[in-house]
Amino acid sequence: MAVAIEVSDISKQFRLYNERYTSLKERVIHGGKMPFTPFWALQDVNVEINEGETFGILGRNGCGKSTLLKCIAGILKPTSGEIRVRGSLAAMLELGAGFQPELSGRDNIFLNGSLLGLPRSEIEKRFDDIVAFAELEQFIDNQVKYYSSGMYVRLGFAVAVNVEPDVLLVDEVLAVGDAAFQRKCLDHVRKFQQEGRTIVVVSHATDTIRQNCERAMVMNHGKVITIDEPGEAIRVYLADLLGVGTLDNSETGGIEGNVFAIGTVQAEHGGMGTRSHLYPGESLSIIADLDSLAPVQNAIATIAIHDEKNELVFASDPDDPGCQMEVPLGGGQIRFDFAEVPLLDGTYSVSVGIRSLTETAIFDWKDQVTQFEVANPGRATGRVRLLPAVSFRRRSTGLTGEVPVVERIGGISGSPVAETITS
Amino acid sequence: MSVGAVEPAPADSVPAPTGKDKGRGGQTSTIGGSARFVPGQSNRQITVVNGKAQVRQRLKDLWRNRDLLVLLTRTQLKVKYKNSVLGYLWSMLNPALVLAVYYVVFKVIARNTIPSFAIFLFCGLLVWNLFNNSAMAATGVVVANAGIVKKVAFPRELLALSTVGVALVLFAIQVVVLILALVVFGITPSVPFLITLPIALLALVVFTSAISVFLSAVNVYLRDTQHLTEVLLMAWFWSIPVVYPYGQIAGALSDHHLGSFKWVYLMDPVTPIALAFQRTMYGRSQYTVKGASTVTHMLPNWGPSTYCLILGVVLVASIILFLLSLIVFGRLEGNFAEEL
Repeated sequence: MAVAIEVSDISKQFRLYNERYTSLKERVIHGGKMPFTPFWALQDVNVEINEGETFGILGRNGCGKSTLLKCIAGILKPTSGEIRVRGSLAAMLELGAGFQPELSGRDNIFLNGSLLGLPRSEIEKRFDDIVAFAELEQFIDNQVKYYSSGMYVRLGFAVAVNVEPDVLLVDEVLAVGDAAFQRKCLDHVRKFQQEGRTIVVVSHATDTIRQNCERAMVMNHGKVITIDEPGEAIRVYLADLLGVGTLDNSETGGIEGNVFAIGTVQAEHGGMGTRSHLYPGESLSIIADLDSLAPVQNAIATIAIHDEKNELVFASDPDDPGCQMEVPLGGGQIRFDFAEVPLLDGTYSVSVGIRSLTETAIFDWKDQVTQFEVANPGRATGRVRLLPAVSFRRRSTGLTGEVPVVERIGGISGSPVAETITS
Repeated sequence: MSVGAVEPAPADSVPAPTGKDKGRGGQTSTIGGSARFVPGQSNRQITVVNGKAQVRQRLKDLWRNRDLLVLLTRTQLKVKYKNSVLGYLWSMLNPALVLAVYYVVFKVIARNTIPSFAIFLFCGLLVWNLFNNSAMAATGVVVANAGIVKKVAFPRELLALSTVGVALVLFAIQVVVLILALVVFGITPSVPFLITLPIALLALVVFTSAISVFLSAVNVYLRDTQHLTEVLLMAWFWSIPVVYPYGQIAGALSDHHLGSFKWVYLMDPVTPIALAFQRTMYGRSQYTVKGASTVTHMLPNWGPSTYCLILGVVLVASIILFLLSLIVFGRLEGNFAEEL
């Protein structure tokens, strides 16, 4: 397996000028010097991307991922280091970037194709394909300035994919156009993968990375944090970089004079001891210490789980008799046991509360007091782990009667069986 | 960077989970330790991106993208006249009006005695227009195309060169008009001097390219280049023998006993090129005013070979300038995307 892109010790410095002196007068006044703060957009980035691989780059805004892509594309020159790219390369940084609004769609296909490095003869050969792909047969001789934004982007995408490069760089442009067109784009990306072309996708959409990439790199502040399988890379990205769910545990005690006071709350899960996160489907226990100043006959424990966007994932039924308990003077421990957590990726925060069924004054509530992290090693995306049993039943032919053949087709992607995952 | 052969990787080598190798501040991805560039394994071309700008590579890239140059030129032409009623007619109307103004000023008002002054004027203006149009347009071309420059990788010199292309097309149209004018006025060009034209044109194109490439890059960093260029070009125009004949300058220098300093005046590369066009198309270097006996020298009385020699020097100097401008452009280009 050969390397398609080899990035060696790439660093890129930007100059952040405190004040921009672009006119001669200002430059003369300031003696030709401009005060600037050096800003390293990329620092010693090393990565090798194999031929035929789909490689994702994850990171927050301003982490340097687009800068790296631009360096690979040759739009920016790195301050130091070297990038070697094997084969032809096309970059989709912005669709329709080279479009000239005054010209017709036809002229723009030639212009844009040439800008992306396609010889004229090749464009002529593929012209009809491009127009068909963009679904612009009717409007191809209209000036591009009269195009709708969707048409514009479609034409841009159609040209870019028809360049058929050995290496394709994509910067968050997969989500363009209407649903049908998106489908088409994804199909095209799949086709590219099957043809053994190398694709580098930059995104902060973890779902895109998970579903399309073989490996992913996480970047922060211009540095490489990790290069790994998408599942692990996404976990690192979500947990370490976005810092989602990092809780401020300093909050103490309940309300003064209250009967109940929830102390420390801990999360234990099936993967304890080997990893900090659990896989979808593993067990989870939330254990809360409870102090009580008086015996309470009919206490009710409640629990709520929020995701990183602070949206409620689950809250227990406040009237569930199963949550009722008797709390003696002094208190004890409340356990919430979940036999399995049917959640996919994310960092979830747990809130725990306790109250009396009859007296509303007796209660305590700890908002987002602990958290647990689910990392999905598979390719399923979304919020909830559902395990469909897929079967196939042949249509009745009417000749031989019912043939109730049931076949299982393949495994369900993302079904996490802990044993198979530990690599 | 080692490009040596390493042991071949098994085809199904799966990327091993990378260790957090904090060796030198950055992490490396180790892919089975075997994936490296192996020469000869694939015939695909390897592109190297680094901070250096090699002139030879740039020239190669320019040549490879010549299709794009044609397209960019065509685009500019199309856009230029797209929404005007007269369209391409402007490419003739504009110089015609300029010509008319100069004719009125110098022939009717200043009453000079040069025969067929319009033709003489036109010969010089042709040369100047090519240079002037391109230099003016090139200054702003990179900034105007920021959208492409920031998002697409291609040899950006092509933008500057496309302005030369546009100017060249306009030049060609004007040459056709000039030839028609020669026929109408019954003026025969001097055939022995025709040989100087290709050299002059080539030198002009190369020189214009050099200046255009240089200006387009500098303007990204120093936006008042645009305004400065306008003024300098205006001064430049009046310094070359287009609206007045070379003979007047030579005469003035001789009057001040500076006749041996004529070469200083010829140091301007545009001057010999304009002289060559005037000498060839206008077809004479001197004239006699009706009723007077004195001969007025308009142009230097060099033979074709002298012209060729001087133009050859200009051409060589222009090529050197062009290469230098490519180096400058290469240096500055690296930061275009962030400066725009």
